[in-house]
Amino acid sequence: MSGAVRRLRCCDGSACRNGGGIALRQALLAARAAAGLAEQELVIRAVGCLRLCGRGPLVAADGPGGSRLWGGVPPELASALVAAARGRRRRGQALAIPAPAHPPQAGPAPGELRLAGARLWGPCLWEPAPGRSPQPPVAPFDPSAPAASAAPAASAAPADPSAPADPSAPVASAAPADPSALVDPSAPAASVAPADPSAPAASAAPLDPLAPHQLDPHHPFFALQRPVVLECCGLIDPDSLDDALDHGAYRQLQRCLHQLTPAAVRDEIRASGLRGRGGAGYPTGLKWDTVALQPPGPRQVVANGDEGDPGAFMDRTVMEGDPHRLLEGLAIAAYAVGAEHGFVYVRAEYPLAIERLRGALAAIAARGGFGPGLCGSPWPLRIALRVGAGAYVCGEETALLHSIEGGRGTPRPRPPYPAQRGLGGAPTLINNVETLAAVPAILRQGGAWYGAIGDPACPGSRGTKVFSLSGAVVHTGVVEVPLGLPLRTVVETMGGGVVGGAPLKAVQTGGPSGGCIPAARLDTRLDYEAMAGLGAILGSGGMVVLGPATAMPELARYFMGFCVQESCGLCLPCRAGTVQLAALLDRLIEGRGAAGDLERLEELAGMVRATSLCGLGQSAPNPLLSTLRHFRGEYLQACAGGGAGDPAGGPPA
Amino acid sequence: MSVHTLSIDGRPVAVEAGASLLAACRGAGIALPTLCHLDGLTPVGACRLCLVEVEGQARPLAACVSAAAEGQVVRTDTAQLRQFRRMAVELFFAEGNHLCAVCVANGACELQDLAVAVGMDHSRFPARWPRRAVDASHPLFTLDHNRCILCSRCLRACDELEGAHVWDIAERGEHCRLVAGLDQPWGEVAACTSCGQCVDACPTGALFRRQESAGDHQPRRDRAAVLQQARQQKLWRNQGEVPP
Repeated sequence: MSGAVRRLRCCDGSACRNGGGIALRQALLAARAAAGLAEQELVIRAVGCLRLCGRGPLVAADGPGGSRLWGGVPPELASALVAAARGRRRRGQALAIPAPAHPPQAGPAPGELRLAGARLWGPCLWEPAPGRSPQPPVAPFDPSAPAASAAPAASAAPADPSAPADPSAPVASAAPADPSALVDPSAPAASVAPADPSAPAASAAPLDPLAPHQLDPHHPFFALQRPVVLECCGLIDPDSLDDALDHGAYRQLQRCLHQLTPAAVRDEIRASGLRGRGGAGYPTGLKWDTVALQPPGPRQVVANGDEGDPGAFMDRTVMEGDPHRLLEGLAIAAYAVGAEHGFVYVRAEYPLAIERLRGALAAIAARGGFGPGLCGSPWPLRIALRVGAGAYVCGEETALLHSIEGGRGTPRPRPPYPAQRGLGGAPTLINNVETLAAVPAILRQGGAWYGAIGDPACPGSRGTKVFSLSGAVVHTGVVEVPLGLPLRTVVETMGGGVVGGAPLKAVQTGGPSGGCIPAARLDTRLDYEAMAGLGAILGSGGMVVLGPATAMPELARYFMGFCVQESCGLCLPCRAGTVQLAALLDRLIEGRGAAGDLERLEELAGMVRATSLCGLGQSAPNPLLSTLRHFRGEYLQACAGGGAGDPAGGPPA
Repeated sequence: MSVHTLSIDGRPVAVEAGASLLAACRGAGIALPTLCHLDGLTPVGACRLCLVEVEGQARPLAACVSAAAEGQVVRTDTAQLRQFRRMAVELFFAEGNHLCAVCVANGACELQDLAVAVGMDHSRFPARWPRRAVDASHPLFTLDHNRCILCSRCLRACDELEGAHVWDIAERGEHCRLVAGLDQPWGEVAACTSCGQCVDACPTGALFRRQESAGDHQPRRDRAAVLQQARQQKLWRNQGEVPP
């Protein structure tokens, strides 16, 4: 994009829509008309996720002075926003975001990281201000920055209502100045206007009503991100095929069809070291090879968008923000394994993702399809959309295939793996949405390039991974970071730690299949192997931050209840075992626990884990077992009936 | 035809390629407990009782749905497996409403036999006592949901042998239940041919004949195998000898 264009990018993802994004965009359009501006003078565009979901609705302004970002702007301030987007240009000033006036007073924030090497490439989410390096090093925090005090965490509630929230998390607006405030320190002082979008902001802000809403795009939350999968999310209009094409969509598919053999495509994927992003981490190149090398005959490809973990919204972000990237990845996968038919399977709870994908597929069909329309090739790929019916287990690949075939969403024993026998008996490639969305960038930059991203200390985890930060964290949203980063960097430096400055207790990763990583192990790297070693999993990318008020047995009960609800009922250990585990946890938590209950809990959890038919049942006890491992004291306390004076009792809540 | 040789509980065993581990065990005279498996029906691996340990595998495998392979070292009777099986039987008893003394299948119930086999005299898990119904709308048969263990043998017998597919499973998790037709009373399902194969396939007393009282139930559980074999060998009453 050119720096000369002035435009407002309005986040049109689910979270920002829930925050009033549509009303704000309409108010902006009205304000533009009222200001007598032509469309080209100030482009107002709906884009995909701008990452900081907890502060939505987000609006980014691009202009000659660089990018600026606002969050939680009420529609009443639309005209101020339009004025801000055009005003500085009229004065001919370059909006340089000045370095903070004061050096940090209390040393670096906990876990603060200054990454000079984290340089963006390709399209850039934030346009640099003139005179700044394309990707400036992370600006130091300024705890004394004005206007920051009341703003930071007003909306740091979990984006996913089903995520376990910290019931007694302190009310953020009353919190003292937070050193990790995301409010732009360069914004003019604005007295004490609350950032709460529902509060009347205008009356309390005599100088600049927008100041409390202005966010700093150079905060580590943004600056430490390394967008690969999400490189165009937040830049392009997800409803516009032309916009996607302008940003390079389908160019790699064209290159594959005209210049590369399927084997050469698979070579690149294998060289990239990409592993499945849905949770299991199976090497993607190996999976593609397995499907491609099956005996001759038809093949199928499927994109798994049945993202059901509580607190996970990575795939939703991809599908809502850049549907064509997923479709291009799926089309390339189809070419690489020799399939001419594919499905995108999306859960019904993602209506906006479904709408966008449907629109994207219709736009492609209107041009004549993937091969003839987009690539000038007779290649006859057809992709259809399938919508789930609300069963979590359909994220499991064999259950998903049953669901696509119109059957009941129940898994079946593997082998045969879908790669050998899947849809209609044909070898079927199933990849997670995020895995497929990484493919176009890998082909453009080369597998070696992707394989070089990530920490050398974690040879098994290459490339970037999208995580969704939620729970008791200050900055709720979507982050894409290189693998191998310490968990602390994501949770504390980028996420700003726990709301209200409370100490962090644990981070729950991987949803009902994952586990808890206690605060003491926060320096664990984001690495498939390292996290599995702690009884957690890297998982699909959900990261729920837990504050001191969360009781671990309660958390285990929440996830066990989830598994009871979502068990398909096919195999006994998952159907009846999870019910008994949940009942045992109920007894413990309600102070009716008996001696030996803890041992029975562990014994039964081990049985369910070892003997269940599919991954859902096998991993259902993981949240219980990992909290038992790291927070056993809390269970012992519960066992002792509230356990006053129990020396082994857990940390105080 | 190629043959695989493997070791089961230290005994060398030879089986035809493609045979399941369960068939290999039975061929070697090793009895594995099963509930959802019935000879003549497609295996599903749902009851998890026929689990065996195979060297080199992280988890135990369900023998009914795992193919025997060359050189496998299989163990069927470790302490761990015995513990898993006993817990599984306890879970079955805690999950439904199983009262042997008043059950039609008392004495002819696979679940009861299994409890005896694994030495289970009580369940350590509290009984759930679910509220379940009885469907007595069919003129010949009755379905007592209290005794159903969701093994899906009736479903597969009806679908695979009779071709009627009267039965299916509705709901999810612990609320799963057998449904006839489109969740109708069994007697109203026009597709039902009243062949009784589901009744003969049922391992417990969930499906029985109307006139049966406690302990009366004597199902022909080999009916599925006989029918399947007869079809494969094209043996019909008017064409040749009926298999025993």
